Amino acid sequence: METVEINLEEQFQARIDADIRIEPKDWMPDAYRKTLIRQISQHAHSELVGMLPEGNWITRAPSLKRKSILLSKVQDEAGHGLYLYSAAETLGASRDQMLADLHSGKAKYSSIFNYPTLSWADMGTVGWLVDGAAILNQVPLCRTSYGPYARAMVRVCKEESFHQRQGFEIMQTLCEGAPEQKAMAQEALNRWWWPTLMMFGPKDADSPNTEQSMKWRIKRFTNDELRQKFVDMMVPQAEFLGLTVPDPALKWNETKQGYDFGEVNWEEFWNVVKGNGMCNKDRLGARVKAHEEGAWVREAALAHAKKRAAKAETQAA
Amino acid sequence: MNQSEWPLWEVFIRSKQGLDHKHVGSLHAADATMAIQNARDVYTRRLEGISIWVVESQHVHASNPDDAEAFYDPANDKVYRHPTFYQVPDSIKHM
Repeated sequence: METVEINLEEQFQARIDADIRIEPKDWMPDAYRKTLIRQISQHAHSELVGMLPEGNWITRAPSLKRKSILLSKVQDEAGHGLYLYSAAETLGASRDQMLADLHSGKAKYSSIFNYPTLSWADMGTVGWLVDGAAILNQVPLCRTSYGPYARAMVRVCKEESFHQRQGFEIMQTLCEGAPEQKAMAQEALNRWWWPTLMMFGPKDADSPNTEQSMKWRIKRFTNDELRQKFVDMMVPQAEFLGLTVPDPALKWNETKQGYDFGEVNWEEFWNVVKGNGMCNKDRLGARVKAHEEGAWVREAALAHAKKRAAKAETQAA
Repeated sequence: MNQSEWPLWEVFIRSKQGLDHKHVGSLHAADATMAIQNARDVYTRRLEGISIWVVESQHVHASNPDDAEAFYDPANDKVYRHPTFYQVPDSIKHM
């Protein structure tokens, strides 16, 4: 029995090494299934909670055009959550259980959404920086080893690019506007820069699961690699906007052909992850409230569907 | 499974007149009408489709990947089913 198991594991790894996708009914190690469910559901939760800081600004958007765009973006995020929950369900996770884990605080979501969105410039910064960081994380996942996850990510990435561009456009408009508008953009960047760098997760040395995840190809770059890529990508964009990245240690390094940058405040990172960020309670509270207040709608729809099905049956008889 | 969870549906979309419906993903809905409306909102926000099919997931029967080798074996040694198996003289046109 044991040798059979070993053979299955070896065959599984050989398929992954050959870039052959794993599909729901294929054999997979339990740990692969568990890790994926955790990773995909966390990502889905992030999409769901990620709607909240923006929902705050839908009624306050400065024009009808901006309001329509923001609504579309938030609707996309609901969609991304759905694609991802569906992908996790193909692994045997139940939607109700995943939501229950989010609401009880057992499951995590991206810590970035526990920061407040204080001004309209935050909508620009979230799109440009936060979605920019998300794209860096997500593009490699379009080639991840689990088929349904990879396919969901292809769809997510196609739509995410609009999110980033609309954010950049907001920033550009502010930066080309009155000095007060530009100051607003700079102030937002000051607050979001470091939390965005935290989105890539702990340092490689403190990320014990990275090695196994890379082997399974459910992660294709390490946290530090992506963080470096992000800084190299964003600094020239900030320069274009005429904004200053709030890091005195930031400096071009000719030998590595990349920027050196300062140390993230890891104490703050772990604190937010543990639930003590500025908005953790608000975000989770809003989520639970929406879920509970929607319960009667879900029940009524189900009762209605059952009644209609029963009626159709008696008519057919 | 929880009694309050809506059933799962598989979604198929025809992207363009003349093409076939293709599986795009799944979603939960109380009934078929809601499944189609939700599929429109989730999977066709950018004109990705002109026709939607939904099938309750429990009605989909699938072949077993563990049997794949034996199951598809009959087609393995029949190269003569492909036109490239046959040599056609150069002087023969329109074949």
